[in-house]
Amino acid sequence: MFDLDRWQEIYHVLKSNKLRTFLTAFGVFWGIFMLVIMLGSGNGLENAVSRNFADMTTNSVFIWTQQTTVPYKGFPRGRRFNYDNDDATALRNAIPEIKYLAPRIRGGDFFSTNNVIHGLKSGSFSIMGEYPEFFLIDPLNITDGRLINDLDIEEKRKVVVIGTRVKDLLFEKDEEALGEYIQIQGVYFKVVGICKSKRTGEQAEQENQNIFMPFTTLQKTYNYGNRVGFFAITSQDGIPVSVVEEKAIEVLKQRHGVAPSDDRAIGHFNLEQEFRKFQGLFTGIRVLVWIVGIGTLIAGIIGVSNIMLVVVKERTKEIGIQRAIGATPVKVISQIITEAIVLTTFAGYFGLVIGVGLLELVNYAMESSGADADMFYQPGVDFRVAMIALTILVCSGALAGFVPARRAVAVKPIDALRYEQ
Amino acid sequence: MIKIRNIHKSYTNGQNNLHVLKGIDLDIEAGEMISIMGPSGSGKSTLLNIFGILDNYDDGEYFLDGSRILHLNERKAALLRNRMLGFVFQSFNLISFKNAMENVALPLYYQKINRRKRNKIALEYLDKLGLKEWAHHLPSELSGGQKRRVAIARALITQPKVILADEPTGALDSVTSQEMMDLLTEINQTGITMIIVTHELDIARHTQKTIRIIDGTIQEIVKNEAGSQKPEGRSQVRSTKYVAASNVQQKKYEKVA
Repeated sequence: MFDLDRWQEIYHVLKSNKLRTFLTAFGVFWGIFMLVIMLGSGNGLENAVSRNFADMTTNSVFIWTQQTTVPYKGFPRGRRFNYDNDDATALRNAIPEIKYLAPRIRGGDFFSTNNVIHGLKSGSFSIMGEYPEFFLIDPLNITDGRLINDLDIEEKRKVVVIGTRVKDLLFEKDEEALGEYIQIQGVYFKVVGICKSKRTGEQAEQENQNIFMPFTTLQKTYNYGNRVGFFAITSQDGIPVSVVEEKAIEVLKQRHGVAPSDDRAIGHFNLEQEFRKFQGLFTGIRVLVWIVGIGTLIAGIIGVSNIMLVVVKERTKEIGIQRAIGATPVKVISQIITEAIVLTTFAGYFGLVIGVGLLELVNYAMESSGADADMFYQPGVDFRVAMIALTILVCSGALAGFVPARRAVAVKPIDALRYEQ
Repeated sequence: MIKIRNIHKSYTNGQNNLHVLKGIDLDIEAGEMISIMGPSGSGKSTLLNIFGILDNYDDGEYFLDGSRILHLNERKAALLRNRMLGFVFQSFNLISFKNAMENVALPLYYQKINRRKRNKIALEYLDKLGLKEWAHHLPSELSGGQKRRVAIARALITQPKVILADEPTGALDSVTSQEMMDLLTEINQTGITMIIVTHELDIARHTQKTIRIIDGTIQEIVKNEAGSQKPEGRSQVRSTKYVAASNVQQKKYEKVA
């Protein structure tokens, strides 16, 4: 029930000893402030890492070849082998759990010399042969033009999508790159798109130096026959990619005469597992943050409870009077609990606001100064967490008031009336 | 109105067992005005507290308005105190941070009457006691007599059946004491049973009966001449009678205020 008298009483109690109220409130303020700061920082870390995963489909696996380590079917160990286009078909037929399958190939060993030329400028870049599916597995931002499409694959068109870094190095600042031709290993290709990595830092820099062309074009132009460098595969939604991974390795081993026991012949990288590890790490951090944060908060709450005990003691006589003229125990208890809740909620709300404010400030400072920290990005707490924190506060406020309130009504009214300080 | 039979009460303080009330029998009729006298430690305050359901008793029977008061839980006790009883404490016991009006209105707050309404009623009562101008003053800004009248207004506001007054004239000068007793008498004449604990004979004489308690037992019950004339119209509707009475009261107090 909202009644001015109730709030007047609360106001009086809190006002009657301002320093004490302030110090008590500060305990709660500090608790929630720390909780918010820690949660926000945890989120900052997590955001930074998940930004490095970019929009990459996390249920994906990459499979490439290595040397065999076990002799099998008359083949010696240490044999090298290659995947081919038929492997892709075989995989697709054998494993229904596959959602996207993108054979990829890296164009030659281009690292030492300047392999790409445009006009008077030249540079050394990685050339990737891709299927359009690959861009569904590891998306890129297209800043201009288009990506590689199915027609490009079919017709083996001589088109390329270049990274922003490639454009910067090969073209003048205000020069239009789209539609221009660049020479790669002596062959001319038309630039149809410019792309930018969704990642940050070093990874992004590397990705921006890529040149993507249709898989079939690369195979044909540079004499790869039907060779496939490696596979990027994602599983159907809801199916762990490790299922696909295992089956694919089995199929590939069979097709290339690799001993079933040979674990090192086929290289593979399961992004899902990696992602899980990070997820586990951040769950751990979050749990730790909540434990520490709530611990700090509890210290504040105990402070409130303690002070309420003192207040109740000081007001014994007053409470006695109120009970003598008809205040029921429920009334007294609810009054004291309300006081505790008001104190914690106010203090906690300030902690929340100032904590969030500080996070926003850090965020703003980082963004405006352009600091691109690899390990910290957009710290902050979401609305839901703020609400949870507030709920915890109100509940703990009630808890803090409960013991003192019980104490207040445990005294007989007559003893309370007789009480002298 | 109040009937007690063989009430015993003792306090235990460590090893000492102090037997305060040793079997008290008493009947107080509705509308009576009685005083309880006795030396310090005779048990008169304890008796008043038992009447007020502020304290419990060890043995015996207590009937308030026909219903037995025994092992009440605190909630029921609080409700009974709120509806049936009005307290005028020796040390006023006003709430320091509430002004006179809010203090008077407090019992109605516990009846969940909304603020506007209860403050209006409180103002009416303060008006009757000649304290209208002081309604918005804090207790610390009032004189002893004024505080006591605020306390009386607070006791009256729920229109209780019984008013329990502990030394209502304590620490007041003789003129103010006289006025206070006149006021209490007038309230009594509206039909409210009045029980006054005092140690002043002058005060006791104003009541119809004086009960002397010595050492936990009733020594004698004296009928007083002055207070013994039965107020007429006791059975009339209380509030109208009281308003009539209080008009006189107001004039009387205008001089003081």
